[in-house]
Amino acid sequence: MIRPLLLKGGRVIDPSRGLDQVADLLVQDGKIAAVGAGIGAPEGAEVRSVTGMVVAPGLVDVHVHLREPGNEDEETVASGTRAAVAGGFTAVCAMPNTDPVTDNQAAVGFIVRQSVRAASARVYPIGAVSVGQKGERLAEFGEMVGAGAVAVSDDGRPVASGHLMRTALEYARTFGIPVADHCEDPSLSAGGVMHEGLVAARLGLKGMPAAAEEIMVARDCLLAELTGGHVHLCHMSTRGSVELIRRAKERGVPVTAEVTPHHLTLTDHACEGYDTQAKMNPPLREAADVAALRAALKEGVLDCIASDHAPHAYDEKEAAFDDAPFGIVGLETAFAVAYTELVQGGILTLPALLARMSTEPARIFHLPGGTLAPGAPADVAVLDPAAQWTVDPTAFRSKSRNSPFAGRALAGRAVLTIVAGKTAHP
Amino acid sequence: MSVSLGKDLTGLEHLSPDQIRLILDTAEPFKEVSERPIKKVPALRGKTIVNLFFEASTRTRISFEFAEKRLSADTVNVAATGSSVSKGETLVDTARNLEAMRIDMVVIRHPSSGAADFLGQRIRSNVINAGDGKHEHPTQGLLDLLTIRDKHGKIAGLNVCLVGDILHSRVARSNLWGLTKLGAQVAVCGPRTLLPRGIEELGVTVFGRIEEAIEWADVLNVLRLQLERMEAGFIPSLREYYRVFGVTGERLERAPRSITVMHPGPMNRGVEIDSRVADGPHSVILDQVTNGVAVRMAVLYLLAGGRPELADAAKRGSE
Repeated sequence: MIRPLLLKGGRVIDPSRGLDQVADLLVQDGKIAAVGAGIGAPEGAEVRSVTGMVVAPGLVDVHVHLREPGNEDEETVASGTRAAVAGGFTAVCAMPNTDPVTDNQAAVGFIVRQSVRAASARVYPIGAVSVGQKGERLAEFGEMVGAGAVAVSDDGRPVASGHLMRTALEYARTFGIPVADHCEDPSLSAGGVMHEGLVAARLGLKGMPAAAEEIMVARDCLLAELTGGHVHLCHMSTRGSVELIRRAKERGVPVTAEVTPHHLTLTDHACEGYDTQAKMNPPLREAADVAALRAALKEGVLDCIASDHAPHAYDEKEAAFDDAPFGIVGLETAFAVAYTELVQGGILTLPALLARMSTEPARIFHLPGGTLAPGAPADVAVLDPAAQWTVDPTAFRSKSRNSPFAGRALAGRAVLTIVAGKTAHP
Repeated sequence: MSVSLGKDLTGLEHLSPDQIRLILDTAEPFKEVSERPIKKVPALRGKTIVNLFFEASTRTRISFEFAEKRLSADTVNVAATGSSVSKGETLVDTARNLEAMRIDMVVIRHPSSGAADFLGQRIRSNVINAGDGKHEHPTQGLLDLLTIRDKHGKIAGLNVCLVGDILHSRVARSNLWGLTKLGAQVAVCGPRTLLPRGIEELGVTVFGRIEEAIEWADVLNVLRLQLERMEAGFIPSLREYYRVFGVTGERLERAPRSITVMHPGPMNRGVEIDSRVADGPHSVILDQVTNGVAVRMAVLYLLAGGRPELADAAKRGSE
């Protein structure tokens, strides 16, 4: 029996109900019991004053790589979920590019069991679109959904075949799940290691043109329109993609899209000096892309922020730029980077940011959470917007340290993360 | 002394005009060393230099080796091509091992752009980039500058056009920075598939046709066209490349002024350059090779802490 928890005097922000007021929040039996002014503490309750703090629905990240099974030296379900709750996330969706690939019900069940054992943030597995992520034959969506999968994706690789994407979107409709696509035309991006632009030209690195992403965004929007299937576009990075999504949404196409904190805040200049911590796919683009992504997030053309948390062992990034792997960790910096750059930077209000990091991702992936409505599971993040801290990757709960934000002074931090009524962090 | 080079020479992009002039001026007294019966001065006696070549090279490696030996350094050549280990891992481990052997300088050639910077950031020894991927080949850029200065008596104000595969060329990048910093006008000419997108933003003129380039230029630096570019589909055929972009005698005859023709080698005769041009009066291709040794001596000498005003004295020391 968990003691009831009364959080007193915080700024309660619940984007799902348009709520933003100083109030108390009572958690009881793993659920939100009440939100309001002057709630009395039930008998035996733990009472915490959270004056000056923000009480929000736990953050939801629809795009993380937990590396288990296969690369447990880089991350496990246990270490990845510890990183998640340290960052204020109460639920994460795990991408299936594991080894072996999470492309069947047994593999999905394994992720679920590992997350139960870890007893930290909730983990919602994403199954593969194609068997072995080979881009040939559809994986068994129905059985994977039965085992707990909430979406399908071949992330890490694009779904190169238009036919496969079409059938995936059609087939996924039966189960009501989104098909999350990593948009990249491999024939245009092959061998590329960063954004194709002036910085790549100067550094002598092979670029990936924005068009390699945009061509697939256009294709996916057209196929979603054709099939009525829900396509979710992962980690959008270019201004052209934003325009294509905007037009598709105006036509009522069932498309949603995410953007990462790093694509919202960094440009290809971060690759100067061959900094492999700035190597990711899609690559960091140009200032005009960053501006367009920010505006699109504010407008809702981009639905949510997702970290694309991609752990890599430290020695893998300790290599020449061409040879280093793509990707960075993000769970423990996502909120602070977004808060510092977007809220303090005057782009989004805090409630709007929290909507993009909790309510919206939960809604588009049909997940519980993203709300503080009484009766809902008590997944809650208490955030200290005044906290000033400097990113020190050696202090990460993640097993990996690959962050381009190392040494960056940030504001905003999760001080208490509650999953199903239990304290998961600290 | 106000101007020095710092620890490494990994590229010309981040050098100042004064630093570039310092190297060129220091190369002058070293030119003469190679003309003597006994081609040796004691400037780097007791220094250990490793020539670390992860890519095949004949000319550059030999040129560095001569430069080192003529300065009395102890040299070791390591050819690390075709390693089955991933390149990045090899590089880190190699760096650590070299450092553990207490060497003084490393000359590195590597297929990955940024490899020389990577090494330089991780070891205390001086690092000289002998070509890293598609990034830079600074000593080639410097020897090209020296050759142009010898021939024209200046660099500022000259029109220099780089011809050919700019996209994949480290020589092009080093030339671009060096020439621009010393006040030359730089243009590029080649098929659009082999020009980096947005290169105009670096202040470079782009000529689509070789005839236009020849009409404009005082100097043509003709780059090697790698056979792989045709295989990768950047150009349809070498034959057509020669037809459209080849630097030929006929084309040069129509030039409004006498043009200096350079080539970093090795040449594909009959592809990017006509033999009559390569062997003809416009060509300074072998002067480039001769200057390569002097420029590399200057770079080694300056990075080892040698003072430019002592370069003459160092030269006299053996007399």
